[in-house]
Amino acid sequence: MKPWQEILSLKSTKVLILIVVGLLFLGLPLFASQYVSYLMLTFFAYAVMVLGLNLLFGYTGLLSFGHAFFMAIGAYTAAFLTGKFSILYMEVILVVAVIISSILAALIGAICVRYIKIYFAMLTLAFGMLFYTFLLKFYYLTGGDEGMRVLRPYLLGFNLSEIPKMQYLTRSYYIYTLVILAILTFVMWKIVSSPFGLCLKAIRDNPEKAEYLGVSVKRYRWYAFIISGAYAAIGGALLAPAIGQVDPGLTYWTHSGTLVFMTLLGGFENFFGPLIGGVVYIFLQDKVMSLTTYWRFIFGAILAFLVIVAPGGIAGVISSLVKKEKGGE
Amino acid sequence: MVILSASDLRKYYGEFCALDGVSFKINEGEFVSIIGPNGAGKTTLINVLTGLLTPNTGKVFYKDKEITGIGPEKLSKLGVARSFQLVNIFPNFTVLEFLMVAVVSRLGKGTNFYSSLLRDQKVTSEALEVAMLFGLVGKRDVLTKNLPQGDKKMLDVASAFALHPEVILLDEPTSGVSTSDKNKIMETLVSASKKIGIKSIIQVEHDMDIVFSFSDRIIALHQGKILSDSAPGEIEKNEEVVCTVLGQKECFKIFSALMHEHTGKGGKA
Repeated sequence: MKPWQEILSLKSTKVLILIVVGLLFLGLPLFASQYVSYLMLTFFAYAVMVLGLNLLFGYTGLLSFGHAFFMAIGAYTAAFLTGKFSILYMEVILVVAVIISSILAALIGAICVRYIKIYFAMLTLAFGMLFYTFLLKFYYLTGGDEGMRVLRPYLLGFNLSEIPKMQYLTRSYYIYTLVILAILTFVMWKIVSSPFGLCLKAIRDNPEKAEYLGVSVKRYRWYAFIISGAYAAIGGALLAPAIGQVDPGLTYWTHSGTLVFMTLLGGFENFFGPLIGGVVYIFLQDKVMSLTTYWRFIFGAILAFLVIVAPGGIAGVISSLVKKEKGGE
Repeated sequence: MVILSASDLRKYYGEFCALDGVSFKINEGEFVSIIGPNGAGKTTLINVLTGLLTPNTGKVFYKDKEITGIGPEKLSKLGVARSFQLVNIFPNFTVLEFLMVAVVSRLGKGTNFYSSLLRDQKVTSEALEVAMLFGLVGKRDVLTKNLPQGDKKMLDVASAFALHPEVILLDEPTSGVSTSDKNKIMETLVSASKKIGIKSIIQVEHDMDIVFSFSDRIIALHQGKILSDSAPGEIEKNEEVVCTVLGQKECFKIFSALMHEHTGKGGKA
């Protein structure tokens, strides 16, 4: 009985924490400034992206250095649909982003998953940079380095164009994005705790052995790549209306690096790690940028510190502290 | 009935010839041991038989189906499994999760994206069943990287058994285990294979006591060639050959094992 009770209580504590955090996020615009709410909104979009990235990185053992590619696909989908086709329904934008990114991820993934480690990272980086050049050079289509404007989308069919911009973003769009993040977090949780998720972890730990146990390693890596790409595209599509303007910088490799940084900062070994990393990164960057123009220097130092001292990231540090606490009892 | 056969297998690593025309047939119900000194080509042979390596010439058949170079994943689905000489585990998995991987893939549930693994009674109970056969139930929630060496080895073997294969190839299942534990492990293996319904076992083994007391047939390899292929009782006829292969020390061991058997103490499984 006792161990069961322990597990139950542990589980319910975790669920409780999640509910409290969810409610805090939901209520944030009521007591925080619009600026903070806006930063939080961008975090929600990034959170969807890093959830996807970590399915590949933390769960399958493949480090993508071109994930901004899919994010840009999502963001440009929003720009094209709203700007060129006057399709303003956010739901349509999300669905189209998922379809386009899945097709592209299936094609690119079929090539990339044949490689692992640095080769995989470099290949994904190369595809990201190819798209960057495409966006830059086909300017009559993409607006080149000036990018494209993203019009304000309808949410659940409601035209909200009368509301002031910041209010739209920090109220309606904020809640909309948060709900999507919650749904996608739940779906990702289901994926990683499914038999498929187990197979991905087996591939990460030991692909050769996994293959001998009948796991089709390349095919499952490919599936993970597609899911991951679709998540990044949803994140990109959600981010686009928040920033109002998309440009090729979105798919530049340093932006992929930002996603990797968030994941490392929070801890890729933990399901919620990348999300923690995302929120800390966004608020820290904002703070540091307001203090000094050399914010990249400080972030470089943080990255170096992390890799050397806390490779498990923030989540790793927290969980080891929790373990210590329990051990002390 | 022949369950696994190899014809004229040749495998080169550059200039070096690891397998030099190896042919044999394994029958249903047989326990076959492959012996030979280091570098004789034993592990290469297992790798070729399990389709990890494609031979330069020659073919491998499982029943009537050609499986040369087919690759581990397809092979496991046909009903052939293997374990490894060196510990080959998923370090961050618990014992139960480890066995679940094999069960999930056997039941074809790997592409199940959305159901909860923990609530899957069938997968859990089948994984536990195998853990039970190998005495690992008590350690079901232990991380495999924290297991003692012997248990890691057992788990690797157990995961291959969890695939419910018809043929299993074991690459030195008792290496790195104390002599006193070796017999126990072999008995566990044999009884587990009966319960699971494994038809034939092929093992690479160095310990001659084990080889002689458990095998129906012994295949001796030397420099990529089969030197002898016979029942343990008949090995005396090949005494000279085998002694060349195994060296003085092993030769002595063989004879002491034989003496053992003649005095009626050794029992075949």
